[in-house]
Amino acid sequence: MATLDINRVRKAYGNLEVLKEVNISVGDGEFLVLLGPSGCGKSTLLNIIAGLEDITGGEVLIGNRVVNDLPPKDRDIAMVFQSYALYPTMTVRQNIEFGMKIRGIPAEERAKATNAAAEMLQMTGLLDRKPSQLSGGQRQRVAMGRAIVRHPDLFLFDEPLSNLDAKLRVDMRTEIKRLHQRLGTTIVYVTHDQIEAMTLATKVAVMKGGVVQHFGPPQEVYDRPANTYVARFVGSPAMNIIPGRLLASDGVPTVAFDTPQGEAVVRGVPLSAETAHRFAGRDVLVGIRPEHFGLDPCGTVPVGVDVVEPTGPDTLIVFAAGGTEVVARLEPFDAQVGRQERFSVKAEKVVLFDPATETRLD
Amino acid sequence: MTDISQSAAVPGTAPQRPAATLSARLARWLPRLVMAPSFLVVLIGVYLFIAWTLWISLSSSAMLPRYDFVGLEQYVRLWNTPRWHTAVINLFLFTGLFLGVTIALGLLMAILLDQNIRAEGVLRTVYLYPMALSFIVTGTAWKWVLNPELGVEKVVQSWGWDTFAFDWITRPETAIYCVVIAAVWQSTGFAMAIFLAGLRGIDSSIIKAAQIEGASLPRIYASIIVPLLRPAFLSVIVLLSYISIKSFDLVLALTNAGPGGSTEMPSTFMFAYTFQRNQMGVGAASAIMMLMTVAAIIIPYLYSELREDTHGH
Ligand SMILES: Nc1ncnc2c1ncn2[C@@H]1O[C@H](COP(=O)(O)OP(=O)(O)O)[C@@H](O)[C@H]1O
Ligand SMILES: [Mg+2]
Repeated sequence: MATLDINRVRKAYGNLEVLKEVNISVGDGEFLVLLGPSGCGKSTLLNIIAGLEDITGGEVLIGNRVVNDLPPKDRDIAMVFQSYALYPTMTVRQNIEFGMKIRGIPAEERAKATNAAAEMLQMTGLLDRKPSQLSGGQRQRVAMGRAIVRHPDLFLFDEPLSNLDAKLRVDMRTEIKRLHQRLGTTIVYVTHDQIEAMTLATKVAVMKGGVVQHFGPPQEVYDRPANTYVARFVGSPAMNIIPGRLLASDGVPTVAFDTPQGEAVVRGVPLSAETAHRFAGRDVLVGIRPEHFGLDPCGTVPVGVDVVEPTGPDTLIVFAAGGTEVVARLEPFDAQVGRQERFSVKAEKVVLFDPATETRLD
Repeated sequence: MTDISQSAAVPGTAPQRPAATLSARLARWLPRLVMAPSFLVVLIGVYLFIAWTLWISLSSSAMLPRYDFVGLEQYVRLWNTPRWHTAVINLFLFTGLFLGVTIALGLLMAILLDQNIRAEGVLRTVYLYPMALSFIVTGTAWKWVLNPELGVEKVVQSWGWDTFAFDWITRPETAIYCVVIAAVWQSTGFAMAIFLAGLRGIDSSIIKAAQIEGASLPRIYASIIVPLLRPAFLSVIVLLSYISIKSFDLVLALTNAGPGGSTEMPSTFMFAYTFQRNQMGVGAASAIMMLMTVAAIIIPYLYSELREDTHGH
């Protein structure tokens, strides 16, 4: 078990800068998720932590030890790959034992460790099969078993679930979470799926174009996203970003935006007095999560219902505001397209962004 | 009867029917018509002549074909000919060395080329180029290179190493190794290309996984990558065996089965006995022996390939 510190890490392929000054630091036993769209440099960062890619600048520390120049095998890590990376010509048992064999662990101990891992992952019956005779989910288990028997300081997962179908993905997600709770080992997990990030992580690093946009606990990333990019990337449906304005302050920060049905006013948004003073009377971007709207006859947001999408547990209402489409997630009610309604907003959950830099205003 | 009732049941299909059957008939016959000439040529050129050769090998034919039947007499004569023994021993020696060295060198070169070196495209073409040459050209070129008066020996001696000797091609006990050298030179690039294609098909994360587990590069190759190249090995072995059994032109151009018949191969033996020494029956018997050897290699290979196909791999 170990801490992980990534200090000012840079990576370039020739002139192409793939990672720019990445700083991440997690404590012992944490579950770090690197979240971002395809091509943002997540795998590159993971490979740098593993030692499979060399580093252009900065330092990586595992358990307070600089590992920049250590080969992968000396970093005490285990990795699970998207393609599973099982050795095709070996049986499941040989796959799991291969690493232990190389480390010179005696046969009895190897068998014991393999059986224990197989039991833990419920794949005892698969030990004598070849990878080609396994389903995707079973291969994933084998890959995890191979990582577990290493008892590493650090587990690395590179999009381990993205080759599985939706149902299995949810099951395996739970399994990975259980594994983390049981072993307590520090994990770095790469994904482009924000739900995986939210459900698994103790810390999330949202990346874009080789830059960490927001690093923090998942709830913080969700509630107080650092910029509009993070706000839109995390959460489904995404956070609504509505062009509006901050009204001249009377001590309670108040924002307003326009809907075709009139002006919407939200009083008491979280904002420091200093920022409220600085932005008073100026345009801001008003970030409201869909679930923070509520149906309320006395609400301050007049809306005309454009689209109704019942999902079962709740109903999504699409309406226009500030010149964009806005989605509200409400308790199911008798919604009618074209009808006018009034919504309230949980003001304390509203996030404001600077329209120029798109970063959060505090 | 049924025709009428069917077209009555489905009105509207009836008028299109003659046209449809004509084009359907054409579609059915066209492939057969196109294939027919080549099928005929193969039937006559290959199988008919195999049958004919088999017959000749069972007859008393000498200078001209004679269509009688003498049983296995020609085979007995064949196996009592010392020169045939030399040919068979040479074939095994040559095949063993040729396959071993070509596969080892080809695999080594493929592994080196697979390490993402620069100018890979150029190197690959350079190595593959000899394969485009005819064995006659290879044989002739190497005849000069290996000739003590003209080639390597002469050059090294002219550099001042007077006692240097490389005269294998003139000595009966070593001449066969010269054939091996030339054949290896010609075929290594081909083996390399097949191995390289196999290596390129391997998921790189498998290698990364093994690296993280602490396997050294030689270990990764020995335990994981080479076993994955099994299909490539099979292809190379079968194709090289086949090349070595029919390596007629190379021997003819390089040593002409000499010196003193020391580089005789079954193919040159067959040619000499059938067309030069007026022992057509013995020649045919040797040809049938070669056919059986090739079949012994090819049939299990095809069988295993087809079996894997039906298993869906
Ligand atoms: N070996 C390489 N050479 C050049 N560019 C690369 C190489 N590997 C990755 N890249 C580039 O680096 C960027 C980040 O890649 P990667 O880390 O794989 O993204 P992600 O895992 O987030 O999808 C991509 O734009 C990719 O094209
Ligand atoms: Mg990736």
